[in-house]
Amino acid sequence: MKSSVRDHGDIRVIELSGKITIGGGDVKVRELVSQALDDDKKNILFDLGGVTAIDSSGIGEMVACYTTVTKRGGQLKLMHLSPKITDILQVTQLITVFDVFDDEREALGRF
Amino acid sequence: MVNNTNLSADLVLASRFENIEVAERVLVDLCKRARCSEDEEYWLVTALREAVANAVRHGNKQDPGRVVRVTYAVENSAITIRVEDEGTGFDPADIPDPTDPENLLRPNGRGIFYMRQFMTRVEFTPRPEGGMAVVMVRDLEATDIDRP
Repeated sequence: MKSSVRDHGDIRVIELSGKITIGGGDVKVRELVSQALDDDKKNILFDLGGVTAIDSSGIGEMVACYTTVTKRGGQLKLMHLSPKITDILQVTQLITVFDVFDDEREALGRF
Repeated sequence: MVNNTNLSADLVLASRFENIEVAERVLVDLCKRARCSEDEEYWLVTALREAVANAVRHGNKQDPGRVVRVTYAVENSAITIRVEDEGTGFDPADIPDPTDPENLLRPNGRGIFYMRQFMTRVEFTPRPEGGMAVVMVRDLEATDIDRP
């Protein structure tokens, strides 16, 4: 999995590409969120447009990060989900947990 | 009209997460030979990855001395995948429903649920020699393309 990070005011935008799967991408997601919080960026927007696959460990890590960020008084949102990633979130009802956006400007405005 | 197809493969993998990629590559090759649709291939790979990950992590506790056996068969318009571990076994009924509101924010417990969502049938059976075997079947879409 590859990642890039940029800040938009107090919002950290984290772009992910490749696979968010067990033993690799899932750990990286945790590290990126941990770094954001260390940098005092509690509002995090994941751009998943380049993500080709995510397994239950990757989903679990996203959920754990959501819980961690929320407990710290921040928000974690998602954007640019592919139809298949959307399906994966939907079948486990997680589409009701995360705020999901197709447009970055709209996503940034909703923090 | 789908012709009968007879493709199969067997893998024996050390219990390392990176070997999930090996299992995936074999399945992708079989899917191409069986002329699966892109969607079929995607969901088959998704279910396979969950089964192998579970075997590595929960079954064999990532002990590289224990193996995961994966058997693939394409026959009569269905793909059957069997994944076996050498662990102590478990009762699938003990796995809580991840879609239950009280479980939604749990960081784990979705692997078997995904397997059941993306395959037509999933059955768990304890192995006589120890460990678990999961057999997953996905019926393939009817197509006018002659399958090999």
